[in-house]
Amino acid sequence: MSEFVQLLTPEGERREHPDYDYRGGPDQIRSLYRDMALVRRFDAEATALQRHGELGLWAPLVGQEAAQVGAGRALRAQDHVFPTYREHGVAWCRGVDPLQVLSLFRGIDYGSWDPVEKGFNLYTLVIGAQALHAVGYAMGVQRDGAVGTGDPDRDTAVVAHFGDGATSQGDVNEAFVFAASYQAPVVFFCQNNQWAISEPLERQSRIPLYRRAEGFGFPGVQVDGNDILATYAVTQAALQRAREGGGPTLIEAYTYRMGAHTTTDDPTRYRLSDEVEHWKLKDPLARVEAYLRRNGFASDDFFAELGADADALGERLRAGVRQLAEPTPHQLFDRVYAEISDELAAQRDAYDAYLATFEGAAS
Amino acid sequence: MITLAKALNAGLRKAMENDPKVVLLGEDIGRLGGVFRITDGLQKDFGEDRVVDTPLAESGIVGSAVGLALRGYRPVVEIQFDGFVYPAYDQIVNQVAKMHFRTSGKIAMPMVIRIPFAGGIGAVEHHSESPEAQFAHTPGLKVVACSNPIDAYWMIQQAIASPDPIVFLEPKRLYHSDKAELDLAVPPVPLFSSRVVRRGEDVTVLAYGPTVKTALNAAAVAEKEGTSLEVIDLRTLSPLDLAPVFASVRRTGRAVVVHEAHTNLGMGAEVAARITEECFHSLEAPVLRVGGFDTPYPPARAEEHFLPDLDRLLDAVDRSLTW
Ligand SMILES: Cc1ncc(C[n+]2csc(CCOP(=O)(O)OP(=O)(O)O)c2C)c(N)n1
Ligand SMILES: [Mg+2]
Repeated sequence: MSEFVQLLTPEGERREHPDYDYRGGPDQIRSLYRDMALVRRFDAEATALQRHGELGLWAPLVGQEAAQVGAGRALRAQDHVFPTYREHGVAWCRGVDPLQVLSLFRGIDYGSWDPVEKGFNLYTLVIGAQALHAVGYAMGVQRDGAVGTGDPDRDTAVVAHFGDGATSQGDVNEAFVFAASYQAPVVFFCQNNQWAISEPLERQSRIPLYRRAEGFGFPGVQVDGNDILATYAVTQAALQRAREGGGPTLIEAYTYRMGAHTTTDDPTRYRLSDEVEHWKLKDPLARVEAYLRRNGFASDDFFAELGADADALGERLRAGVRQLAEPTPHQLFDRVYAEISDELAAQRDAYDAYLATFEGAAS
Repeated sequence: MITLAKALNAGLRKAMENDPKVVLLGEDIGRLGGVFRITDGLQKDFGEDRVVDTPLAESGIVGSAVGLALRGYRPVVEIQFDGFVYPAYDQIVNQVAKMHFRTSGKIAMPMVIRIPFAGGIGAVEHHSESPEAQFAHTPGLKVVACSNPIDAYWMIQQAIASPDPIVFLEPKRLYHSDKAELDLAVPPVPLFSSRVVRRGEDVTVLAYGPTVKTALNAAAVAEKEGTSLEVIDLRTLSPLDLAPVFASVRRTGRAVVVHEAHTNLGMGAEVAARITEECFHSLEAPVLRVGGFDTPYPPARAEEHFLPDLDRLLDAVDRSLTW
């Protein structure tokens, strides 16, 4: 098994690794940084919107930008992603409108983007369930002959995202078994952010998570989840292996949840601020900025423009979230089945009639 | 004065003091005290062997609780939210529920499965479900639902003391809202009993868990309009305790059942059938059901449509009265 993959240190120094290399130039690195910065702003805006009562809840990704943007940017258009509820950075990379993500957390819908068009499934809140869906999707890819053809526009990989806590679920372990059994073209991307709400990693596993893969019969690799060059390189390699018919890979992106589990959580009840301070030194954006600046790959202008773009994004989100259309009672009934039953239609109509009795009445 | 959450916490504490075999298991119930703080402080006082933070796996939690029970412990399991009980469904309906029957009555399963249930808190998906009928439909399980702090305090202790497995439903939206005076000198009513919580003459309203409050509010409004509602808190859903219900309906001649769960094949269907069987000649109107629609629980900003509220309940009361 490979050793811990780090290609850019927290200080912003490039590192060699025997198995992995990031081959992009300064343009690409600036572009990766840009996505991380915008995603961080998106996340901060969402947290603020929740505080202002515009969202019911928010699950912050702060600290996990490199893991998510690295994994998201390594994808090809035809690849398909199965996220948890925290993959806002991957959603961003797949071109999902952040307002659609906010709409879910505002309580308007359960996800309004088109999973097929975006190659990005809906968020899954039931821990681990999506890992099996990813494997099944990958089995479909195999049956469609979209693996190992050598055609870069055809060969397809599937990604299942989940957290460290999720690795305890039966569904995730069953997904490992199925993927190995069929050599499905799937990449298991586990963001080990060290916590599952209040429970530390040690509650879930006594060995590093990536080493679990070996027991299931496929490779596992542990990557510095705060190093976007490494998460990109490792994901790209695993995706390519899957597309070529090499079977599944487990990637453990070793990172940290800098924020609360969600906006209703109070992490001071269970973890020490020292730990958070320690991880601040490993910030995923700071190291790229240091690298870009030190090597003269990005000027003050670049960062100023990016700051302005982030401000514009923030403004768009703040204004847009308040304008999102409210759900209607009809949607409640009309979205249950592909073909609504007469029984349910009658229930809908009765509710319509009931609501009509209030019209004109002072309520 | 004590909230429902604090009452459960006090009841759990008491049960743990009374019986060293009581062990709590669940996700985040230790240092955090549970996401609703129901087990707040218990790990500190009783230790990690008795208040167990489990790995993130519900089938694992309930399945290992079966083993603990076989070894003579009394596991009290917390499912973090209603929608996350399903990964444990096989363990609950095939293993927990059938153990006594399968062992020819030799082995009991004194387990309590606590589930914060139902909606009304503006939560995200899978956090507002009402799965009670699925468990009440399973022979071998008993199912109860508390609706107020005083009941919560006693019922959790009675459930833990019971030799049978009990699905214990807690109305999460009432956890931290209303307070009540807990007078320990007043003895509790038996666990498997329903209770008249408001006397009335015209229509009998049957509720449990979060809708008891809805029913009481509706009764207060109805009274101003000259209608007298009798409200019964069912408290136990399996077994049902319907003798007080029959007595009430024989007087009022009318009954409305209200719950948040989907109406189709919900508890209301069973209750309506039994009332019809027992009180047919007393009924002035069919037993009406007011429940969640037969749709998945909707996103938070549509939940007001889904939830049976005071207006929908009073609408049914009117329909019953004018039948
Ligand atoms: C089946 C199930 N059980 C419990 C929960 C409640 N829950 C939501 S997130 C979470 C912790 C998840 O931890 P992890 O997998 O590490 O992901 P992270 O939140 O850290 O990204 C829990 C227990 C759930 N959503 N689904
Ligand atoms: Mg985690």
